[in-house]
Amino acid sequence: MFIVIITLAIIASLFGLLLAYSAIRFKVEGDPVVNQIDSLLPQTQCGQCTYAGCRPYAEAMAKGEADINQCPPGGEATIIALADLLDVEVKPLNAEHGEVKTLPTIVRIDEETCIGCTLCIQACPIDAILGAAKLMHTVIESECTGCDLCIAPCPVDCIHIFEVKPTTRNWTAELPDADFASPHAG
Amino acid sequence: MRILHHHMQVKLKIMNRNHNQLEEGILSKFDGGLKLVGHKQVSTGSAISSITPGKHYVIPLQQHIGAISQVLVKSGDRVLKGQMIAKRGDLISAAIHAPVSGVVTDIKQHAVPHVSGLSDECIFIENDFKDEWIERNPLGDDYNHTASPNLRKIIRDAGIVGLGGATFPASVKQTEINLKTLILNGAECEPYISCDDILMRERAAEIISGADIIGHIIKARRCIIAIEDNKPEAIKAIQAVIDEDGTGFFRIQAIPTIYPSGGEKQLIKIITGKEVPMNRFPAEIDVLCHNVATAYAIHRAIYFAEPLISRITTITGQGIKQPQNIEVLIGTPMQACIEHCGGYTEDSDELIMGGPMMGFTLKSDDLPIVKATNCLLVTTKEKEMPEQHHMPCIRCGKCVDVCPVRLLPQQLYWYASSKNTDRLLEHNLFDCIECGCCAYVCPSDIPLVQYYRAAKTTFIQQERERKASDIARQRHEAHQFRLEKQKKERAERLRKKREMLKNKSNDKEADKKDSKQAAIADAVARAQAKKAERLKENKAADQDIK
Amino acid sequence: MLFKQSPSPHIKQSLSVHDMMFMVIYALVPGALASIYFFGWGVLFNLAIAISICLATEAIILKLRQRDVAHTLQDGSALLTACLLALALPSLAPWWITAIASISAIAVAKHLYGGLGFNPFNPAMVGYIVVMISFPLEMTLWSAPLGVNDGWPDFSTTFNWVFLGALPYGETIDSISMATPIELIKTQLNQMHDITETRNSKEFSALFSGLSGAGWQWINLCFLAGGLWLVKKDVADWRIPTAFLITLVLISNIFSVIDYSTNSSTLFHVFSGGTMLCAFFIATDPVTASTTPKGRWIYGIGIAALVYIIRSWGGYPDGIAFAVVLMNMAAPLIDYYTQPKVYGDPNK
Repeated sequence: MFIVIITLAIIASLFGLLLAYSAIRFKVEGDPVVNQIDSLLPQTQCGQCTYAGCRPYAEAMAKGEADINQCPPGGEATIIALADLLDVEVKPLNAEHGEVKTLPTIVRIDEETCIGCTLCIQACPIDAILGAAKLMHTVIESECTGCDLCIAPCPVDCIHIFEVKPTTRNWTAELPDADFASPHAG
Repeated sequence: MRILHHHMQVKLKIMNRNHNQLEEGILSKFDGGLKLVGHKQVSTGSAISSITPGKHYVIPLQQHIGAISQVLVKSGDRVLKGQMIAKRGDLISAAIHAPVSGVVTDIKQHAVPHVSGLSDECIFIENDFKDEWIERNPLGDDYNHTASPNLRKIIRDAGIVGLGGATFPASVKQTEINLKTLILNGAECEPYISCDDILMRERAAEIISGADIIGHIIKARRCIIAIEDNKPEAIKAIQAVIDEDGTGFFRIQAIPTIYPSGGEKQLIKIITGKEVPMNRFPAEIDVLCHNVATAYAIHRAIYFAEPLISRITTITGQGIKQPQNIEVLIGTPMQACIEHCGGYTEDSDELIMGGPMMGFTLKSDDLPIVKATNCLLVTTKEKEMPEQHHMPCIRCGKCVDVCPVRLLPQQLYWYASSKNTDRLLEHNLFDCIECGCCAYVCPSDIPLVQYYRAAKTTFIQQERERKASDIARQRHEAHQFRLEKQKKERAERLRKKREMLKNKSNDKEADKKDSKQAAIADAVARAQAKKAERLKENKAADQDIK
Repeated sequence: MLFKQSPSPHIKQSLSVHDMMFMVIYALVPGALASIYFFGWGVLFNLAIAISICLATEAIILKLRQRDVAHTLQDGSALLTACLLALALPSLAPWWITAIASISAIAVAKHLYGGLGFNPFNPAMVGYIVVMISFPLEMTLWSAPLGVNDGWPDFSTTFNWVFLGALPYGETIDSISMATPIELIKTQLNQMHDITETRNSKEFSALFSGLSGAGWQWINLCFLAGGLWLVKKDVADWRIPTAFLITLVLISNIFSVIDYSTNSSTLFHVFSGGTMLCAFFIATDPVTASTTPKGRWIYGIGIAALVYIIRSWGGYPDGIAFAVVLMNMAAPLIDYYTQPKVYGDPNK
């Protein structure tokens, strides 16, 4: 009986040492999870998730303070990717944080009305508006993410939202209907 | 050891076989494929006819693979026939030319024939019926003494793209290094389409001339014209021209009629026995493949200085009253072509651009003929309508048996439905040529090609979005950095200012002290100076006394 | 109506799921007729019970799942499962055996996993296994085949037994049923009587007439004929039956040469029991088999090996059901490792 205990204890410690050695020797340097989460977010920096940008939201998710379904620009695809990364359940987008836009949008400044106040330039989280005080302001359309943060500060309401319609060069085909996958009447 | 030796011997045998294959005309087979009913006779009963020119032409700016062309004209400009109205948008792009002389009336969005059904930028030209060409200085026979880059420039400026349907810019494929074999693709494997067939029958000499030009550009050693064996007249016509040529550079290779032997990669496997390595170009195995109509267009460019402004299109199907092949100017409305062929029949059902396997349905005929329009197929209502919704996959594996790329269409279907991008890429989703063989045999009527197209376009769009969001992240970080820097600088300036203010008051005190000390020092210095003077004087006086 | 929209391709070959399922059912007919001829009314009753209960179960479950009942029933898959079950179950099995097997096959093995195309295990074989494990005694109740002893019982006896569990005065179930050749060999071997002894014994010699046992050789030949027709019509993949039969022939040959007194001959293995039914109708079920060409070879070989092992050394007389379900389990793994090399793959 005594022999059994000693033997098992020795075997357990041997395996323990082996595991410890493996943990140190074969350690894989991974990306800190905050970077991994941030790489999945759309970088719109709109703040609809109630955090001051995508990075703070990623940090909050890493700490467990924020849920994965607070990002409307990311949409369903981002929620699924986050669920996969963090090993949690997929859930539908939390409607409190906004609606998913059907088409991507950009903004344009109406040059007739712009007064050159720079309030929109200060509001843009990615510096996508060119201009300076008393000089014309212009949105760099190729960089605009559609976060709409510049719309509110403009005192003359000269910034307007435009949908970016798909072209033959960037359209996506739709998956066909698979009738048997969901219940239906009859 | 012996196994290795045996393996090497087998490899050598295969290599030798490949080498001899080209010389001896042995054919290989590609995996999968289907035997389909050709329906070619529907449209080959008459010669190529021409349509009377119309009043309005709509020329889309994107008729090719690559970047959209850049407009060179504006509304109100008068253009000549053959004038370049849009230039290449990028290295991989094509120029666009006016099909008629007339006036540019508009440049705006119009519906274009594309599988998405979307609109695109088009140049609208109103024909003045003067048929006035630009000045043309054809090179003619001189091409034999012209350097390849110059010949490629002529082809490039003529806006010539692959006319088999893929519309890849032709000159980009024609590199000079190591392209030993030129294959002319006269297979035309899809049912109903016969434009290449009729072109070979009626204009064989021009095709061979074009092939000779290409052969000269790429310094090929041989040219093989691949023609499916269901086109005996075309084979005869081409053979007659080859016999007259007598140089031995050209050779016809009749291939069995299997769909899709006209696919570039499949055709190369049939003729050379080799497979184009994944993600690489046929040039890597010393082969260049061009469609016969492309060769014809190259002939027109070199001998007539004509840019690509027309093509042969097959108007066919049970839903057309007089199916035939027509020579039509790019930009001609499809309505005009249909009318020329007698119009629609009573029970016409779908208007398809392309063939029945790879073609896509069009939403109306108010669309222009583009460079890719090899066929307009009008089908009639079928007695048995396929189900709206498809049945579940029963994993029968028929799709695997027919895939010409040796993919697993079944697995691609499962992963596309569940949007599993990783597995889709593992199963080589982007090697799919969308030939439709898998969907043709599927007993559950699953529209497999639609699944793959959705998966591919979604993935490409996701990649685009990911790159855009990476840039946005960098911009945001730069924005943060800039604000931080500004804050720091402001804080620094404030600190310095405060420091300076503090120092100024200290300085005043110090100044006071300083001036006192300075006065004392001055006085001491004066005193010492005086002392020194006196000593000097005394010394001198002493000297004098002595 | 012009300008109708539909995805490519716009032409299709005409064989649908419904067509394929019914072609399999037609191919079963010769073997079914042979079975009825040799084993009597019991087989017909099996068919009737299995077909009605399978279709009814499927209809009820489809209603519960809110699916289109008529559209799904017409694809013929439940009907096919019913026929396969009925032909695999013993001819004198009581009605409730057939019923339990049918319900397990359709409700559990097929619809709980999502319906046609989603089940990982062959439904007919799952139904068979459920009753085999739960009611091993009833699963031995084959009648004596025609030509052996008194042959199969008449209509009223069979009816009363199958549906009411009642036997005529003086008869026991043992007197109207008889072990199949495969079962017999196994039980006799356990009692230390080797094969030659069993085959030549006065008691049992009539059972072993011909290639592989009275009745069974004809049944298997009929299934073989039906199966070959299916392969020719490209409804069943040729790789699976070929792999299965070649492997079975090889293994049984090797072992019967080593010791023919304890290992049955090749002919016996190939034409007895459910061999041909398995080779052409059960193993070729596309939903549960491997899907890659190479994988199907491995799948067929695996089933044959397992059938032989279970028949020779396992606890059950005919190992078809277990062999098939075990290989069903392995099919996804086989698929993963036998992906064909794509066109242009440098590692080809």
